[in-house]
Amino acid sequence: MLLSATNVSKFLIVGPAKQDIIQQLQKEVLSMQRLKKVSGQSLNTGLWEIEKAFPDQTFPLGAVHEFISNAKEDAAATNGFMAGLISHLMKKGTAVWVSSKRTVYPPALTVFGIAPEQIFFIDLSRQKDVLWAIEEALKCNALSVVVGELTELSFTETRRLQLAVEQSRVTGFIHRYDPKSENNTACVTRWKIKPLASDTAGLPGVGFPRWQVQLQKVRNGKPGAWQIEWSAGRFRQVDQRSFSIQETQKRKAG
Amino acid sequence: MQQRYAAIWFRHLKTDWMVRRQPAFKDVPFVMAAPEHGRMVIKAANAASQNKGIDTGMVVADCRAILPTLQAFDDKPELAEKLLNALAEWCLRYTPVVAIDRPDGLILDVSGCPHLWGGEKPYLKDILAKLRGFGYDVRAAIADTIGAAWAIARFGQVSPIVAPCRQVEAILPLPPAALRLDAPILERLEKLGLHQIQSFINMPHKALRRRFGELLLTRLGQALGWEHEVIEPIRLAQPYQERLPSLEPIKTAKGIEIALRQLLEKTCLRLAKEEKGLRKCVFKCHRIDGLTQQIEIGTSRPSRNAEHLFKLFELKIATIAPALGIEVFVLEATIVEDVVSAQETLWNFTDGGNSAAIGELLDKIAGKLGQTTIRRYLPDEHYWPERSAKTAASFTEKPQTKWRTDLPRPIHLLQTPETIEVTVPIPDYPPMLFRCKGELHNVKKADGPERIEQEWWIEQGQYRDYYIVEDEGGARYWIFRQGSYEQGNNPQWFIHGFFA
Repeated sequence: MLLSATNVSKFLIVGPAKQDIIQQLQKEVLSMQRLKKVSGQSLNTGLWEIEKAFPDQTFPLGAVHEFISNAKEDAAATNGFMAGLISHLMKKGTAVWVSSKRTVYPPALTVFGIAPEQIFFIDLSRQKDVLWAIEEALKCNALSVVVGELTELSFTETRRLQLAVEQSRVTGFIHRYDPKSENNTACVTRWKIKPLASDTAGLPGVGFPRWQVQLQKVRNGKPGAWQIEWSAGRFRQVDQRSFSIQETQKRKAG
Repeated sequence: MQQRYAAIWFRHLKTDWMVRRQPAFKDVPFVMAAPEHGRMVIKAANAASQNKGIDTGMVVADCRAILPTLQAFDDKPELAEKLLNALAEWCLRYTPVVAIDRPDGLILDVSGCPHLWGGEKPYLKDILAKLRGFGYDVRAAIADTIGAAWAIARFGQVSPIVAPCRQVEAILPLPPAALRLDAPILERLEKLGLHQIQSFINMPHKALRRRFGELLLTRLGQALGWEHEVIEPIRLAQPYQERLPSLEPIKTAKGIEIALRQLLEKTCLRLAKEEKGLRKCVFKCHRIDGLTQQIEIGTSRPSRNAEHLFKLFELKIATIAPALGIEVFVLEATIVEDVVSAQETLWNFTDGGNSAAIGELLDKIAGKLGQTTIRRYLPDEHYWPERSAKTAASFTEKPQTKWRTDLPRPIHLLQTPETIEVTVPIPDYPPMLFRCKGELHNVKKADGPERIEQEWWIEQGQYRDYYIVEDEGGARYWIFRQGSYEQGNNPQWFIHGFFA
């Protein structure tokens, strides 16, 4: 009875005091999980809507992010979205891109604001070597980003990667193409990107790249889904309302 | 002091070496041959085969006609150089200045050495006896000049020792070949009937120079002593070894660390000067009780980073038992290799500290998985998609031109375009639908065509008309038609990439 009474008394705390306590506790939890803000570094993606989903409303740097794609089209969209994020991170830094079956076409990275000559591509055939190279690269704090493309990744392996970035504060992006199972990992986020039909406002031709961005998992955050477009060298959230109005207008006209 | 030179001539250097390795061939005629213009040409013949009239420069098949039992082995091109180097090193016991005289001789500067053997005669006899004892067929001579010694060693008939200042008399009866002349000059002398040096030595120099060129006079001068000749003595490789004696026996780990640091710095300084790095290194501690303690490290790639090497050693210092104290420290790099590329300054778009760290990371990866796995791309001025990026030759190379950003390019490009089936209005509209690997795609939006011509100076072939198409699912593809529908052609369609 005593226990329930205290519980009730906790619930009775209302107003700003309760909010403060929760925020305080959340911050403590974050610092315990070593997801502190990297000092002097922040990723301003221009995607306020997405950033709201992250703990502390900032894109977690110095952590490993996981992307999963199942089709070739999705893989291209994923790499496009990743390239957009990377361009913000490697303004003057160097990146390492480790992959087992690389299909990325370096000249196209310029579209996303990346200087391809600043990337070291490491092409390996064995998954074991790919993992080793990713881990070694993540340990090197002189790099700004490490991208790894591989298929399978176990929980233990991601934990190793997470330990590596906790020391070096390097941001890692792991792109898993067509994995056998979407197993649990120690990565801070799990993304799924799918291409969406571009909007040309009735004009002929193909429009800007547009994706359905799905944040399936995020540690201490709120998962969500957004429609994002890459135009004029930055991300832009598609205004879904105007989009739907256009659609209905079209239908009426058609 | 009077200069004296000895010339040693190995008449059958390579074949003697073969006999040394396989004594069964001692009296068997055999040759060593190498392919040249599709034939096996003899590069070395032993004495037994020379007696039958077989000599270098002949074709093995022809010689088999002379001597069907002739044995032929593959020639080893670097063998002579290696043998001469080893023999020159061995000859250092006779004089400190030994030079290699390619392709089959040695030159020794013996000034002031023979008296230790009791004169030039016993000196030369000792050299010859020892070399012959090894199984080499050797001739040697001593004279005032290199040229005269060379000539007498090869062509001399009388005495192998030319008394001081008597080289003129000694070479007079020798053929012109004794002057180390080129084949065309020898041929011309032969044609004019000048078979001995004495028949032209007294001719006016002007006439000789005009008819036979400067070389004849130079060689003559070198043989007679009025032209100076330099030799390049061999130098023995210094072992990469550093010693550090200590004033008082050292017993503490700190003391050992200090000694190790000093030795490593000295070694690394020398390695840096010679552009080398060490792969294996031994640190020996000689204790005062006469025992030796040693620790060893190895690196995955040649390194001369004292800090890095010290870290490797540091883990093992604890295993050294100093007992009563260590009096001498010795650091020896047992395996030393050339450093492939200096990676001190990598790029200029990152600051110095970063580039060193990245260099170490890339070295680590290259050391384990191979240098070829790491690639960096630079723009290349080609429209053809496969050629518009080239691999950078080095990590430091900067782009010469800018990346093109005006033309849309897919983020994923297939290594080889894959064929697709299309339904398309001709002549040059984008397809209405296409089937790729059995999957049907309805084209909703399309851009194009962008025509890319085949670069005829690199490769022949048809042009490509590229279209960007978007299917009903929103996926964007880069497809192209190879050639045109003109004149009833049926060009093929390919998918070449995926847009983001």
